[in-house]
Amino acid sequence: MGAMLEIKNLHASVNDREILKGIDLKVAKGEVHAIMGPNGSGKSTLAGVLAGREAYKITEGQMLFEGQDLEELTPEERAREGIFMAFQYPVEIPGVRNDYFLKAAYNAIRKRRGEEELDAFEFLRLVKEKAKQLEMDPELLKRPVNEGFSGGEKKRNEIFQMAVLDPKLGILDETDSGLDIDALKIVAKGVNALHSPERAFIVITHYQRLLNYIVPDFVHVLSGGRIVRSGGKELALELEQKGYGWVERELASV
Amino acid sequence: MTQAIETTLESYLARFEAFQKESAGRGPAWLLPLRKAAISRFAEVGFPARRDEEWRFTNVTPITQAPFSPAGRPEMLPTLEDLQRVAFERASFHRLVFVNGFYAPSLSSQDLPQGVKAGNLAEALQADSERIERHLGRYASFEHAPFVALNTAFFEDGGFVHIPRGLIVEQPIHLLYLSTGDREQMVSYPRTLIVAEENSHATIIESYAGVGEESTFTNAVTEIALGENAVVDHYKLLREKETAFHVATQQVQLSRTSNFRSHSITLGGAIVRNDINAVLGGEGGECTLNGLYLASGRQLVDNHTAIDHAMPHCDSHELYKGILDGQARGVFNGKIFVRQDAQKTDAKQTNQTLLLSEKAQINTKPQLEIFADDVKCTHGATVGQLQPEALFYLRSRGIGEDDARSLLIYAFASDIIGRIKVAPIREELNATLLARLPGGHRMEELL
Repeated sequence: MGAMLEIKNLHASVNDREILKGIDLKVAKGEVHAIMGPNGSGKSTLAGVLAGREAYKITEGQMLFEGQDLEELTPEERAREGIFMAFQYPVEIPGVRNDYFLKAAYNAIRKRRGEEELDAFEFLRLVKEKAKQLEMDPELLKRPVNEGFSGGEKKRNEIFQMAVLDPKLGILDETDSGLDIDALKIVAKGVNALHSPERAFIVITHYQRLLNYIVPDFVHVLSGGRIVRSGGKELALELEQKGYGWVERELASV
Repeated sequence: MTQAIETTLESYLARFEAFQKESAGRGPAWLLPLRKAAISRFAEVGFPARRDEEWRFTNVTPITQAPFSPAGRPEMLPTLEDLQRVAFERASFHRLVFVNGFYAPSLSSQDLPQGVKAGNLAEALQADSERIERHLGRYASFEHAPFVALNTAFFEDGGFVHIPRGLIVEQPIHLLYLSTGDREQMVSYPRTLIVAEENSHATIIESYAGVGEESTFTNAVTEIALGENAVVDHYKLLREKETAFHVATQQVQLSRTSNFRSHSITLGGAIVRNDINAVLGGEGGECTLNGLYLASGRQLVDNHTAIDHAMPHCDSHELYKGILDGQARGVFNGKIFVRQDAQKTDAKQTNQTLLLSEKAQINTKPQLEIFADDVKCTHGATVGQLQPEALFYLRSRGIGEDDARSLLIYAFASDIIGRIKVAPIREELNATLLARLPGGHRMEELL
């Protein structure tokens, strides 16, 4: 059985500026990959390219998800195939209720899987159960998407959506940034509850701290648009102690 | 071109001569001088041109150059089927139907509390002349409003609502104005007078719709007078045909601690001009103007509002939203005057426009003139497209592009819709909006 996600020599640019300069990465189901790196190394670009952000142009290489070329798929098709990205900056959408929005998304994904749409009652039950797991105030479900949510509530809402939409691959784009330790623990608990042999995660973070709670199988260090080092979870600790300068200096001396 | 305009102007004047002769003896004695003053003023100023600041962005030559002639009493009434589409039949509103500006009792039905009058102006001018004289033409000035002048000169009928002191009318009163357009170039001049006496409360729906094939021109004037502590919720629902021209002035006079709330919804018409003017003429009054307009194709929708804070301690809140697609154009002009005496005024104005295509356009202009020094006045205007980041967010969750766009457009309009307290109007507006959205039918199940 091959990898769920296979990224081969991926080059991507924004406004003609190359950000990703040849990424190779394989993620198999059940695995948790952490991608770490300094600001500007291309971490969020990688997440955006996987989710289908239109501003990013792929200039070389490819991304295969269960054998399908992702470049051929629109963002919504990727979501329906089972890719979910938790946004670094979740978007506020005034006027669209959180639960209505999620129901539209949920049913679109079910339809793609050839499953029946859930009726309102069943959907409500599902949503309440997931909200409870993430210690989310059920009142937030009736509020417009992310509007007036605190930073922690927004991030929790991302993980909550992921829990409801049940993706095959979850991508967390700096979900930990700006969270206090309590919120971080709740988010990590939510992610860990979703951990299964069938599901994979890519956890993008600047700090090692999150990885105390979501333990990765692999850690990759991104720098200057390339993965410059890969290892086990101990690599994260080493980075934490020595700083990103360590990797960059080491590379420069080669 | 000038020649053509003059010819049209001449033809309006000649028509007035004929109208005056034909209707001599009809109507009370005080009315004819008012009509004459109006037509003279029109003869002086003529139709507005683009050089008039008030009409800078709205070219009315398609209206002024066309040889519109008065629709007159309709030969045939619209069918029940026509009516069903626009009459809120299932709602228990008191309904007065006017066809080409003339009352159609056979299509109307009402069950009003004792003392409340809701009827037609032509009859009231006979039966209740004194009361009408105290109000009609007293608020809506034609000095600088040529279309108001024409309406004043030519109106023959329209709605008259009188809510006596202290009475509360629970069910909305629906004045439904239908244009039949069964022959070419018909103009109608509906005139509406609403008087809510001290401490009364009523909800009035004024709706305009077209049923025939031909292009019509509606030139409407509505005067609303609120006594002390009266509350009037007013809805204007414009569902004219895509080919229709509609120019209307709504003039509102508020007394001490009275409360007027306007919801102006424009869904149709080729050229639409709504003027809403409110005078806060007593202390502690409150005026709310909400508006929503949807336009596409080559429609032009122009909303001009003016709130005159003439007295202290009055509040006004204004929220207008437009959704423009195709090559549609929108105009918003929001005037707020705060007179020298109007201390402690609290006025807030917001205008937001969503442009769905590159060719859609909006001209928006707040106009605040403040002569008092202890006041709170704010205004804000935003013009934008759908937020790409919000679209991406929705799509990244599996929602298709059309549906995502629809959700965002709906969301933009939803706060105005949410402020509509009359459920059948809210539902109708919801349905109309959803029907115009690409993913609307899927959203219907959702909401």
